[in-house]
Parts: sequence; C-alpha cells; structure tokens
Amino acid sequence: MTPPLAPPKRKDPLTKTRAPLLPPGARSRTAKGLAAAAAEGRFALQVCAECGAVIYPPRDACPRCLSPRLPFRDVPRDGVLLAETVIAASSDPYFRERLPWRIGTVRLDAGPSIVTHLHGDVREGDRVRLSLNLDKGGQAVAMALPTMPMLHMADDRQWRELTCDPKFRRVLVTDGRGRVGQAMAQALSQAEAAIVFVGIADSWKPFPGEAALRAIARVEIVPLDLTDTVSVGDLAGEIGGRVDIVVNTAEHVRPGGMLERTGLVVAREAIELRYFGLMRLAQSFGPALRARGADGVNSAAAFVNLLSVHALMNWPAYGVFSSAEAACLSAAQSLRAELRPGGIKVVNVFSGPLDTEWYETVPPPKVTPSALAAATVDALRRGLEDVYVGDVAEDVRARLAVNPKALERELGP
Amino acid sequence: MSVKRTAIGPSDLLVLAAAIAQGGIEVIDLTHTLAPDFPTIVLPPEFGQCAPFRIEEISRYDERGPAWYWNNISMGEHTGTHFDAPIHWVSGKDLPDNSVDTIPVANFFAPACVIDVAAQSAANADFVLTIADVEAWERRHGRIPPRSWVLLRTDWSKRTGRDYANLVDDGQHSPGPGAEVCRWLVAERDVHGFGTETIGTDAGQAAHFNPPYPAHHYMHGKGRYGLQCLANLDRLPPTGALIVAAPLKIRKGSGSPLRVLALVARGSVP
Repeated sequence: MTPPLAPPKRKDPLTKTRAPLLPPGARSRTAKGLAAAAAEGRFALQVCAECGAVIYPPRDACPRCLSPRLPFRDVPRDGVLLAETVIAASSDPYFRERLPWRIGTVRLDAGPSIVTHLHGDVREGDRVRLSLNLDKGGQAVAMALPTMPMLHMADDRQWRELTCDPKFRRVLVTDGRGRVGQAMAQALSQAEAAIVFVGIADSWKPFPGEAALRAIARVEIVPLDLTDTVSVGDLAGEIGGRVDIVVNTAEHVRPGGMLERTGLVVAREAIELRYFGLMRLAQSFGPALRARGADGVNSAAAFVNLLSVHALMNWPAYGVFSSAEAACLSAAQSLRAELRPGGIKVVNVFSGPLDTEWYETVPPPKVTPSALAAATVDALRRGLEDVYVGDVAEDVRARLAVNPKALERELGP
Repeated sequence: MSVKRTAIGPSDLLVLAAAIAQGGIEVIDLTHTLAPDFPTIVLPPEFGQCAPFRIEEISRYDERGPAWYWNNISMGEHTGTHFDAPIHWVSGKDLPDNSVDTIPVANFFAPACVIDVAAQSAANADFVLTIADVEAWERRHGRIPPRSWVLLRTDWSKRTGRDYANLVDDGQHSPGPGAEVCRWLVAERDVHGFGTETIGTDAGQAAHFNPPYPAHHYMHGKGRYGLQCLANLDRLPPTGALIVAAPLKIRKGSGSPLRVLALVARGSVP
C-alpha cells in the first residue's frame, strides 16, 4: 500500500526553491503518436494495418511484414511485470534529483514488451495495467499501475510526478459567480485541495449560490476581475506565489453569429473576459507557476482552460462565442509551450453546451456544471492535457478527425 | 436668492482668481475617483452594458518607455461621476445642441440648490422626493432660481460596494425624485438639471415609475442635464455654490465622465 501523502510542511525560507527540470525529451516524430494518446488518457500503440502486429517502440515500418502503414490504435493495456529494478544513480539532472526511481519491463497481453515507470504498489510477476502519460516535459511515458484501485494509490511519488493531483495543492478558481465556478470549487475541495481561492468580480453585485460557495470547506473568496489588468495583477501580487493550479472558469456564452447583433459591445466583452482574461492570468500567474514546477509536494502543476468544443469548429448558432473560444484555444497552445519549461501542464477541457442559462434553448444532451467539474478534477488526477466532456464534445472531436469540411457544413444551417 | 445683472470688468476675474487661491472661495471636488471597481449601472445581462473604467499601462519608466509613465484608459460614457446630455434619453433625442459636443459651454457653469434628504434616505433606501419636499425646502431657503442645478443630497456617496449599489433580487434600491417633481422642476422652476449621489439621476426603482426614469424623461426632454455619482454634497451650502461641470467634447456624445467642481464662498480669509 502506498503510504498516504503527508500535508507538505511550510517552506523553509532559508532553502533555495528547486528549479524545475525536465526529463530527457528526445522522441521521434512517429513516437508523438504516443503523446497524442497520453494527452487524452488513452492507451494506443501502433497496430500494423497489414498484418495486425502491435508494435512498440514506435517505428516507421512493421518489423514483421515491413508495411509502412502503422496507425496508432487503442489496445488493451494489461500485462505482466516481467522484471523490475531500482535506479540508484543517473547522470540525468532530472532523475538525479528524484532517485531512487523504479522501472521495469512489462509484457503486454497485446504483444510487445515495454520498459515503464513503476507504481509503488506493483511487484515483479504482478498483473499490471499500463498507463500512457505525459511527463513534465510533455513527452509520453508509460507507467505500470495496479490492476485494481489501491488505497492512497494516487499519492505514489512517481505517479504524482506525472499528474497534477489537486490534493494538498492550492487552487485558484478564477470566477465563482456562476454555477461552473461554484461546482469547480466544490469538486476541488472534495479532492482535498489545501486552499481553493475563488475569484469574485464586482463584489458589489450579489450572486446566486454565494452563501453555499462561502460554506465550502477551504474556500477563500478573493477579489478578481479578469477584465481588469490591475485586478489580476493585484491578486497575483498577493497570492501568486502560492497558487499551484489555476482553473479558469470565466464564461461568456451568448447566442448568435455576427449578423444577429449590431455592433461589437458584446463581442468585445467576450474577448475582454475570455481571451484577454486568459492572457492577464497567464501574464500575472504564469511566471510564478513556471518557476515553481518542482517546488515539493505542492509544486505548481497546471493551468486549466474550460473551452467550448466549438473552439475547434465554429458553431454558427453561437458563432461569435465560438470564435472567442477559438482565440482562447490558440492562446492556450501558446501558453502550453511557454509553461512547459516549468513542467506545468496546460489542460484544455472541452465541452459542448452546458446545462446553464445561456444554453437555455439548446436541447440535450448538455453537460452539467458538476459533470464538468468532475471531469476537470479527473483530468488533473490523471495528468491529462486534452479532455472532451460529454456526448457533443466527443462527437465533434470524432467528426473533426474524420472530415473537418463535413463538420463545418453540418454545424451550420 | 436673486442676482442682479451688473457690469463685470477684467479685474473682477482677478478678484475671483485671488479669492480661489487664498481660500475665500473654496473649491470642492464633487467627483469620485475613476477606478475599475466603481459600480456602474446594471442592466439585464442580455442587454449591452456600460463598460466599467479600465486602465492599462503603456509604460512606466521601463523597457516599454524608459522615461515616461502613461496609461490607456477605457470606459463607457456613463461610468463613474458623469454628465448626462439631453441626447442620452429618447425624450431629448431631437433637441438642438443636445450632445456633449454641442451644448453651449456657458451651460457648464450654473449655481446649485442642494436639497438635503440624507435622513430620509438613511431611513428608507427607496425614498422618493416630492413637490412637497421641495416646497418645504423653498420655505427655508427661498424659491429655486431659474437655471439652477438641483442636487439631491442623500449621503449615498458615503456608502461603498454592495451598500452603494444596493442591488436586491427585485432591482436596485436607492433614493431619487418622483415623476411629478421632475416635471414640476422643469416646468415651474426652469431648473438647469438634476444631480444625485447615486448611480443614476433616477431612483433605483424608477423603472416602475410613470413615466419610467422621470428625471431622465423630463430633464432631457426639455434639454436639461444630469449629474450622477456625485460626492461631497454634504459640504455644499443649500444655496450659493457655483457648479463647474464640463463634460468631454465627444462627437455626438451622450455624456461623459468629468471632474465636477463646486465654488463656495467662505467669506474673508485672514
């Protein structure tokens, strides 16, 4: 059993904060297929389209039949841990700071054998379940986990290196005025976040759910207006050094395309809150996050964007909104690259219409705020980068992969 | 208080300037600081909203501009302490000289009558000013002279944040003038405009008055002006203050944030 994680001690101000280091990052272009699966929490290996061989490590030709047609496919992830060892010495700066480190060889039921990181609860000869994850540098690695859930399993030291588990971390939920932010605060508190800072803009305006929000354990209300550069900077000045996860819950959902509404006032509000809001958060909180990526148990870990899946393909019924979301997605991609040197994951959680007032006229299926919050916490716990929540998001994702032009046409009237 | 026309010479302005410099005439700032967190008027979310005040540094003696500090600012025309021009309201939309760029500049100077309803407003956030209240004021301070600002002192400006906006689930609750008194002030007293300490010239619940928003309706319908989000009205005498309120010269502007100053004679200075 994994020893339960102890709440981290307060920092010793006399010791230097550990600089974030990244594990070795060289991968072939073909091997990026593993990262694509890991980003979404899938377990995919190359499967030869000619002879059906499951292949690892990634190759450009099938070792059995020499076919170059080797698409990545989800494959069964269980296997046997054939051998384990403990690395006690390493010349790699990242691993030197984290020794000892357990690795082993797993023979997958699907065929190949893989050298993987080992969860503390697995031993040589055990049946294990492999997980593909993104390491601190954003490269895919495999880790062997127990096949059954174990007590405190998520507290494993090597596993936590691959995840952004909110447990004992301090989280900023940027907007608590709406149901999404409130559900997020609730879910993060239940996930044992040490503090859930919840931003409230325009504190002079009352809002529904305020009393319940204030009653959530370890929630601290903070003034934060993402449309105001000064406000975001002021809050970062106060708490930026002890925010480990940022979850941007600001929403600006409005129906209509460009021709539905005269002028730019509403579109400008959307861009101010969503795109510039993201940029303000990035500029104010990003540098400290990036500097604190290896700062112990409660190291900085993630920046979460809640995005409409229509950031990927415009939905003209919510056309202006979709384009603002697309701007946020593009900014998130930039931020992901900018935070990577600190080992910080940028997590994009895509969803279709939510079960909230601005999607009132949209028929189900819709995603409830609590389902969105649960999916976000799950993504942090599993170290995911791209998450699709609900039927609409999964459907758009799947159709986009097959035929983008068809999807564009289908989303319009 | 009636004022006779008298000849004014250049030296009289110097006397005025000296009195201001020496304190014989006190200049009182009736303006709130423009700040991002100052409440603005709230409309239902499906409507366009008045932009709050925002400030973005261009440079601050740094790599963006080594020797200078300056900001870009943005806001709505009706953000912070601001002036309402007649064109702001549908009742004044066709009047001549009804926008801030065309209002005769002499109209930016006018005396003020300050009606103190702070006690009533403290007792009742929905206090509504009536003709009887103004007539009672006139019995003590004299008839309101033509082309005077009527400023409603409620001490609302001493409130902050949630107490200032005072929003409940049936709307905003703040004092203001009733419909009848607005019509009467324009028709019977020929006032220059109406000024308040609250977020609008009208009461918080004035959407339910008849006509809705009577201060806007009657004042702007007759080419008169509005001032709102005023401060320091408690430092003004009931009569005798001169208000200087010049909005920005925005082409076809419906109003603008501005610095509102009151000149108050304090007698001789040692």
